[in-house]
Amino acid sequence: MQDSGISVLFMGSNFLRLLEGLWVTLRISLIAVILSIPLGILFGMFMTLKNPISKAVSRVYLEFIRIMPQLVLLFIAYFGVTRAFGWNLSADASAIIVFVLWGTAEMGDLVRGALISIPKHQYDSASALGMTKIQTFIYVVVPQTMRRLIPLTINLTTRMIKTTSLVVLIGMTEVLKVGKQIIDANRFEYPTAALWIYGVIFLLYFLACWPISILAKKLEKRWR
Amino acid sequence: MKNKNILIKFITLTVAALLMIGGLAGCGTETASSEGQTANAATSFRTLDEIKESGKIVIGVFSDKAPFGYVDENGDYQGYDVYFAERIAKDLGVEIEYVSTDPASRVEYAATGKVDIILANFTVTEERAEQVDFALPYMKVKLGVVSPDNALITDVEQLNGKELIVVKGTTAETYFEKNYPEVTLQKYDEYADAYNALLDGRGDAFSTDNTEVFAWAIQNPGFTVGIDALGNADTIAPAVGKGNTTLLDWLNDEIEALGEEEFFHADYAATLASVYGDAANPDNLVVEGGIVD
Repeated sequence: MQDSGISVLFMGSNFLRLLEGLWVTLRISLIAVILSIPLGILFGMFMTLKNPISKAVSRVYLEFIRIMPQLVLLFIAYFGVTRAFGWNLSADASAIIVFVLWGTAEMGDLVRGALISIPKHQYDSASALGMTKIQTFIYVVVPQTMRRLIPLTINLTTRMIKTTSLVVLIGMTEVLKVGKQIIDANRFEYPTAALWIYGVIFLLYFLACWPISILAKKLEKRWR
Repeated sequence: MKNKNILIKFITLTVAALLMIGGLAGCGTETASSEGQTANAATSFRTLDEIKESGKIVIGVFSDKAPFGYVDENGDYQGYDVYFAERIAKDLGVEIEYVSTDPASRVEYAATGKVDIILANFTVTEERAEQVDFALPYMKVKLGVVSPDNALITDVEQLNGKELIVVKGTTAETYFEKNYPEVTLQKYDEYADAYNALLDGRGDAFSTDNTEVFAWAIQNPGFTVGIDALGNADTIAPAVGKGNTTLLDWLNDEIEALGEEEFFHADYAATLASVYGDAANPDNLVVEGGIVD
C-alpha cells in the first residue's frame, strides 16, 4: 500500500483540511438554506397573489435568478458590486447572498406550486364548515402544503450543498478546491492520488447529504 | 460599449436591490467603504501606507499550481511565487494573507482591490495591462506543447484538426485563438482538470507556459514536450490595482534591489530546481532586477 495514492490522504493535515473544506461548504449552504426556506415561503405566498404588479415583480425576479448561472451571480456579487459601487463584500457574504437569492427564488416557486396544487374543493369544504380565510389557510392549506414541500426542499438543499463548489471562483477554499490542492501538490510523487481524493470527496458529500435525506423521510412519515 | 455599461449597471443595481433583502434577513454583509474613494469605484485599492498601517498585505496566489503556488500537506502555501511573496511581506514588515485565485479571476482580483498584489504566475499582456498595473518582471516564459509520446506533436501545423487542451484565461488560450484559429480548443477552468483531460486522452495535446509543461512531462512518463518555445518570450510580473503607484514603485524598487543579491536564483534553487532537474537552465527562466535580455 505504501505507494498507493491513498497515503496522500494521511500526510500532514490533509484529511483535516478536507474536513475544514467540507465545513466551508456546509456552512455556506446551510446558512443559505435556513434563510431561503422562510424567505421562499413568503415569496411563494407573494407569488400566488392575484395582483398584476406583484405577479410581474415576482416573475422578473424568478426568471432573472433562474436564467442567470450562479457562477455569473457570484461574479457580480463579489467583483461587480465592487467595480460599480465600490462596496467591498467579503467572499462569505457574497456567497451567502447569492445562494439566498437563488434559494428564495427556487423555494418560492416550489411553494407556489404546492399552494396551487391544493384542490379547490378543500377551500370550499373549509368555508362550508364555517372557517374563516385565515383558519382555512392555517388548518387546511398549510399542513397539506408542508407535506408536499418536504421532498422538494430536500432536493433543493442537497443541490445547494453541491452547487457551493462554485465559490472557489471568489477565493473560498471549499472541499472540492482543497481536494484539487492536495492532488496538485502531490501530482509529481503520487499521480494516482486524484482518484482516491475524489473518492473521499464523494464520500464526504454523501455523508453530508444522507442525514438530510433521512430527516426528510422521518418528517414525511410523521406528517402523513 | 455604452450599452454594455448600462447593462452591467442595471444588473448590479438589481442584485444590489436584492442584497437589501438579504441584509434585512440578518446575514452579515460586510460593507467596508474603500478609503474615501467610493465615488470612483474603479480605483478601490490600498496604497503602500495603508497596507503598512493595517499591518497586513493581501496577496493573490495560485493554490493548485505546483511548483509556483501550491499548498503543502500542512496547509501552508509554497512555491516560487510564494517564496517571493514571503520576502515582500518581510521587507514591508507586515503579515501576509494569501487568497487562492484561479487563472480567470486574477485580473478581477487586482482590478477591484480585493487583493493588494497578484503573484500568480501572471503573464504580462497588453489586454491585462489595461486593467491592472504590472511591476517589473521576475520570470520569463514561452509557450510549450506537451503530448503523448505515441502521437507526439513537434510542430504547430500538426495541431490542425486536433483537439488542443488549454486553461481558460491563460496566454495559451489567447495565443491559439489569435494565431491558429483552425486549432480546436478544449477549455478547462482549472489546471488539475486540464491535466486529467490530457491523461484520459480527451485531447491530443496540452498547451500552457513551457515551464509548466516541462515540469509535468518529467513527472509523467509517456508524455513529452514536443514544442518547447512557441510565441514571443512572455514575462511574468506582479500586478497591482490600476493606478496604485505607491505600491507599484515600491515593488519595482524591491525587485531591482533583490537583483543585486540574485534573489530569484535563490528562489529558483529553493523551489524550482528540484522539479525541473537538469532539463532547464535557470538563466532561461529567471529574471533578475527586472531586466529581460
